[in-house]
Amino acid sequence: MLKDLFSKLNKKVNETNSNDGTFENSASIMTKCPNCKKILYSKELYKRLNVCTNCNHHLPITSVERMEALMDEDTATVLFEEVASANPLEFPNYGSKLEKDQQKTGLNEAVVCAEGEIDGTRTVVAIMDSRFRMGSMGSAVGEKLARSFNYATERGLPVIVFTASGGARMQEGIISLMQMAKVSVAVEKHSQAGLLYIAYMTNPTTGGVSASFASVGDINLAETGALIGFAGRRVIEETIKEKLPDDFQTAEFLLKHGQLDRVVDRNDMKDYLGKILRMHSGV
Amino acid sequence: MAFEFEKPIQELEEKIGELEKYAAKNKLDLTKEISFLEKKVTDKKNEIYNNLTPWQRVEIARYINRPTTLEYIDAMFDDFIEFFGDRVYSDDAAIVGGIATYKGTPVTIIGHQRGRDTKDNIKRNFGMAHPDGYRKALRLMKQADKFNRPVICFIDTKGAYPGRAAEERGQSESIARNLVEMAGLKVPVISVVIGEGGSGGALALGVCNRLLMLENATYSVISPEGAASILFKDSSLKEIAAESLKITADDLKELGIADEVIAEPQGGAHNDKDTVYGTLDGVLGKHLEELSQLDRDALMEDRYQKYMDIGVYEEQS
Repeated sequence: MLKDLFSKLNKKVNETNSNDGTFENSASIMTKCPNCKKILYSKELYKRLNVCTNCNHHLPITSVERMEALMDEDTATVLFEEVASANPLEFPNYGSKLEKDQQKTGLNEAVVCAEGEIDGTRTVVAIMDSRFRMGSMGSAVGEKLARSFNYATERGLPVIVFTASGGARMQEGIISLMQMAKVSVAVEKHSQAGLLYIAYMTNPTTGGVSASFASVGDINLAETGALIGFAGRRVIEETIKEKLPDDFQTAEFLLKHGQLDRVVDRNDMKDYLGKILRMHSGV
Repeated sequence: MAFEFEKPIQELEEKIGELEKYAAKNKLDLTKEISFLEKKVTDKKNEIYNNLTPWQRVEIARYINRPTTLEYIDAMFDDFIEFFGDRVYSDDAAIVGGIATYKGTPVTIIGHQRGRDTKDNIKRNFGMAHPDGYRKALRLMKQADKFNRPVICFIDTKGAYPGRAAEERGQSESIARNLVEMAGLKVPVISVVIGEGGSGGALALGVCNRLLMLENATYSVISPEGAASILFKDSSLKEIAAESLKITADDLKELGIADEVIAEPQGGAHNDKDTVYGTLDGVLGKHLEELSQLDRDALMEDRYQKYMDIGVYEEQS
């Protein structure tokens, strides 16, 4: 059940916090906001889902923490936890990198999928985790996402995907690129069944994930301050021989350019999603 | 000779040329020596071309004289009428498309268009499209769907253009939109990788019922140079990256991603373009014929199943 998994995962996450550096919330009493440099009580920060109480900077949050914050209590079941990566091209060092991230995060892959209720609406939710191979998408991530959409299509449920990814997982070569198509065919089937898909882009959503399911929700939301883009800033600057503005490829930049429906603060996430889901549930 | 790896062949051929000249000038009979060298040339060619490395194929796939989309259209289709524009912002010359007849049947053709010289390359942005290009492609695909025409896509791009305007106009969304919309098309879709298939920019014309690849074409999630610099922190390791990434037509066939490999003349399509057009014509016609047996819903289902089956993972108990 979800609860067991979450407590198991959280324990692992907490154990690694002290030497990880990025997820300091529960490991130490105080946390310094990387943006405004203010020293904050970790407990307070945690209560605000790792959003700085001083400057509203959104610090990283794990997939499991987000899932817990989002789902109504005791309603969620984890899905497809059995799907894990292989090393199809026998790419050098890939296997050991996977193992390392599994130990670091307590996850077996870069996405956690679950079925549960959000403000009373039954929903399939997939949350990517950028701590695991930068949230990159290989066969296992593609399979879990495609299964999530298929599962929702069969049961007439809406889907929310929280994206967080550096793109395709290069160690799986062309197979990873094809996962973009694989998830897309499942998204399209779900869409043709008249069901709701909300894409919720979190920091960072780039490359092949940005250029597939992340950008084609019926409703596209993004979290405050999230980096979202196709190509990397450095590559673009080198190509066009021009310095890019600071806000380039932020959620706010995308909103300005008409690429998003809304930018959402993490602490409003559940409220917005709950309302949107209710308005599509036909009750 | 176009490539560094062909040098040993070139040297032998030059030697033959010198001998012929010498023989003519001095009225000598060197037929035996020349035919000996000619045999050596044949052997050398077989040795080199039958053992091309993945990186050498990348070089062939990118070669400026390799036939491009418009040449295939010209050689294999009748009555081609090119259509322009995305109806939103511009006409992107990095992607061409339109309608034509193929063996008497109307079809929609869309493809990346590389330049055939420097000036043309500037116009075509080296075959690297902006969102406008993908949106033009999508518009033509939807048109094909409405009028029940098969869609034939030619893939030949380093990738989607990494630029400021491209990002501002939604490069990600334009590619993503094509993937889901192609998934929903209810007409046959056949994509042919004729040169370089570069990542998302290639896939935006590649969600198909049948994926065909020319023998020396490549298809990859990232360029070998990019992979070498990111994964191995050394861009000079591109040859090794090209090996590890499994990007050749044979690799993709083996991985179950490409459905058929189109043989090329020895040394590459540029050496005998007409032969390539003929070979592709045969294979394309066969697959179109097969797909024409499926009804509209079955075509979408066939495509769905093709992609659901791609992926290698473990199921832990």
